[in-house]
Amino acid sequence: MNIDLSRRSFLRLAGAGAAATTLGAMGFGAAEAATAAHVRAFKLTSTTETRNVCTYCSVACGILMYSRGDLAAGEKAELIHIEGDADHPTNRGTLCPKGAALKDFVKSETRATKPRHRAPGADTWQDISWEDAFDKIARAIKDDRDKNFIEKNAAGVTVNRWTTMGFLAASGGTNETGWLTYKTVRSLGVLGFDNQARV
Amino acid sequence: MTNAWTDIKNTDLVIVMGGNAAEAHPCGFKWVTEAKHHRGARLIVVDPRFNRTASVADVYAPIRPGSDIAFLMGAIRYCIENDKVQWDYVKNYTNATYLVNPEFGWADGLFNGYDEEKRDYDRTAWEYQLNEDGTVKTDPTLTDPRCVWNLLKEHVAAYTPEFVENICGTPRDRYLKICEMIGATSARDKVMTSLYALGWTQHSKGAQNIRGMAMLQLILGNVGLPGGGVNALRGHSNIQGLTDIGLLSNSLPGYMNLATEKETDYATYMSTRGNKPLVPGQTSYWQNTPKFMVSFLKAMWGSAATKENDWGFDWLPKLDVPYYDILRMFDMMSRGEVNLYFCQGFNPLLSFPNRAKVTEGLSKLKLLVTIDPLQTETAHFWENHGIYNEVDSAKIMTEVLQLPATCFAEDEGATVNSGRWLQWHWPGATPPGDAKHDTWILANIFLRVRELYRKEGGVCPDPILNLAWDYKDPYEPEPAELAQEMNGRALQTLYDPTDPTKVLVEAGKLLPNFGVMRDDGSTMAGCWIYAGSWTEDGNMMARRDNSDPGEIGTYLNWTFAWPANRRILYNRASCDLEGKPWDPARKLIEWNGERWAGFDVPDIAVTAKPETVMPFIMTPEGTARLFARKLMRDGPFPIHMEPFESPVENPFNAKLRGNPVARIFPHDLEQLGTSGDFPFVATSYRLTEHFHFWTKHSRVNAVLQPEFFVEISEELAAERGITKGGRVRVWSARGEVWAKAVVTKRIRPLICNGKPVHVVGIPLHWGFMGAARKGFGPNSLTPFVGDANIDTPEFKAFLVNIEPAAEEGASA
Repeated sequence: MNIDLSRRSFLRLAGAGAAATTLGAMGFGAAEAATAAHVRAFKLTSTTETRNVCTYCSVACGILMYSRGDLAAGEKAELIHIEGDADHPTNRGTLCPKGAALKDFVKSETRATKPRHRAPGADTWQDISWEDAFDKIARAIKDDRDKNFIEKNAAGVTVNRWTTMGFLAASGGTNETGWLTYKTVRSLGVLGFDNQARV
Repeated sequence: MTNAWTDIKNTDLVIVMGGNAAEAHPCGFKWVTEAKHHRGARLIVVDPRFNRTASVADVYAPIRPGSDIAFLMGAIRYCIENDKVQWDYVKNYTNATYLVNPEFGWADGLFNGYDEEKRDYDRTAWEYQLNEDGTVKTDPTLTDPRCVWNLLKEHVAAYTPEFVENICGTPRDRYLKICEMIGATSARDKVMTSLYALGWTQHSKGAQNIRGMAMLQLILGNVGLPGGGVNALRGHSNIQGLTDIGLLSNSLPGYMNLATEKETDYATYMSTRGNKPLVPGQTSYWQNTPKFMVSFLKAMWGSAATKENDWGFDWLPKLDVPYYDILRMFDMMSRGEVNLYFCQGFNPLLSFPNRAKVTEGLSKLKLLVTIDPLQTETAHFWENHGIYNEVDSAKIMTEVLQLPATCFAEDEGATVNSGRWLQWHWPGATPPGDAKHDTWILANIFLRVRELYRKEGGVCPDPILNLAWDYKDPYEPEPAELAQEMNGRALQTLYDPTDPTKVLVEAGKLLPNFGVMRDDGSTMAGCWIYAGSWTEDGNMMARRDNSDPGEIGTYLNWTFAWPANRRILYNRASCDLEGKPWDPARKLIEWNGERWAGFDVPDIAVTAKPETVMPFIMTPEGTARLFARKLMRDGPFPIHMEPFESPVENPFNAKLRGNPVARIFPHDLEQLGTSGDFPFVATSYRLTEHFHFWTKHSRVNAVLQPEFFVEISEELAAERGITKGGRVRVWSARGEVWAKAVVTKRIRPLICNGKPVHVVGIPLHWGFMGAARKGFGPNSLTPFVGDANIDTPEFKAFLVNIEPAAEEGASA
């Protein structure tokens, strides 16, 4: 996705190998090459750069994420830095106090990291496998829908609605997640369906 | 936003009212700074609090929470009285000249047709006078007393500067100064932009606040122009997208509506959506609704949606009430009428009003499922956290599943910014632990449910069994597949209707735009307004050419904007009747004798001749509406209404409480307080260091603003014996919170009808999960009532009391 010579890839090229031939090809002379040879490599040269958009408000600032490991190449990627995207027309590289601390949100200690279950009346969580969690949910949906689904109203009109179930969707998620959510929730006949735009 | 963040640089005057852009949208607010520095633009801020936007304003005026309509109607009155009107715009591009039914009228703070029992208006008379052929009667001379302009003039007559000062508490000199600045932008070469956010929506008459500004902008001729418009600064990164795709109780994708049970079949549903032009020659683009609707139904149910079965129309649920919004759902929940509830990236325990009622509702569910990157308060609602969540876990029988989801850094797809740009992003981090994509989670749930219906049968299985699900990996639909499904495809080869030998789109190909959609089942598209976002030329949302040839901030090759990559809505109105820009120095598009062209995608058919086709192509009139006809429940003009809890009586009618047609459930009505017990006006707000309830999980932000506080004036502090930094108790008719008192000069008592009104500011970022200290939010206190048209809760104006409190841990 990064086919142009970005600011970062320029620095990477200039700082990483410090091969005189490369620098020569870029138009540097021998003196500059000698200087470059003992300059410490730029910290982000060994990272993978990914373009993303800030997840908070709807200014939607462009951001650059730097990770150790390349997710696109199938590697495990650890996020180590986020900064504003200088090429983005709206924010032109700037970030606000929220956006500038995005990495701490991604790496928050209170991220949810495994499926958990709380039994009726319990005061603690129990771990649960994804399989068991899905089975429990699917069973609950099927049973409640079969029991409470309204096919026809008093006038005999087909209404196909299910009002004992509700779903709040995430306006921090992508359009694509939103569309899959829409399809799934509406096909069940759910009307108690909103996102943060209602609030 | 009608316009874009980058467009703000083109303005002469910015009015921030109902928002606080410098703190809530800092990098967008940068464009205000740009306009100030490079154009000499000026900034007006009207807000109960002298916030950071106000600190860089040219003029700041305080206003009592919930009195914005009085201010705006007063500004319209000023413009009319002082001839600060863009007359050519008003006469040609709005419905000012249209004649209104003689029975329409108002008295005592109410429009005609009010039914107190039903809390509703009979809106039949709120309509135009029509000619025999169904077109609108007009009076281009504006002399008929029943024309919209004269009715508006009569309507705003009550909003004198004295009235505004008494109701709003805004000092008259500053109010008049602001009116003068606003009025100056009626000149053809002067433009004002309006920036607002939840400060306008979270009222029982929120939609009318925004209409008030839209009307003012139309009178000034500022809509459709670069540097103009009515600009909603939306809260979340994709609240625009989820609204576009219709994830709201009564919505379908692309701003179509779900049917009610009165619309018994597809033909009945469509019969009221003909949108025949009310003025000859107008576009009335919603005439195309059947094409968008059938394409959507084909996206839902593929080959199972046929003409014979009304394209699967019956498989969509039908409404018996206007909508099952969050207030209705939680009211039902509190009465034990809801069993299952899913919260995907949503934290209702902190974001819905009357937290005690929210807890009560959640406690009556059988199963609550959260799908969230964070461990939210909602997922933990059953956990006792002392005063911060005082519950008895043993008595709560709700089963809870907390499912870990990925966040933006770990997923791929598009989010839509306030300016309607669909911007694609890529993942760059491995999800923590066992966190999974929402798409994987939803697919797994859906496929299991479908399997149960296949195996066991059950009630109404068809919409589930027939749902289109032809993804390469059914358990993990790819973002590209989903985006293309929304963009739409030709299911059969599409030929040019005017030349059947010419192929427009080959069967199976992605649609280039929504203009080629059909209502015969030969096209599918999940969300018609997104057509063009992913075409045979690739993912338009991933485009990154940041050149701006007109230097007017449109960036047409940067990502994709709906509709049709248009950056400024109604941009035809940036030109005069002949098609020349009102202001040649601010040229966006123009008529070149043959077609419309310029630096934006014209918001009109490119060959539509000027002087015939008017700019507001979505309305059957072709014009914008100063008079909203019967389209809003609470009146065709905004009328001043007090908040449901207010220290001030409605000056038109002392008997009215709140919005007379807003829905309020009986128990919530009983839980309203009066100014005798709760003398102070409270309002909620955000801080620049925090984003809702997310950033308290981020260590840096938790350090920047670690602790819950409330903000009060020095005068109120003195009156109640509250010290700076001391602990206070704040309570309403619904709950109580404890907070540190921030005593400032940023909030001052307002003088309304000669009496001081104190305002208590309550920021909303604390809870009992995350890295910040435990605290409370305004929703422990706020009333369970919403806007009359959409039921957005009234968070911005309610009543509280306040007193000094013992330090935490000390006995009360």
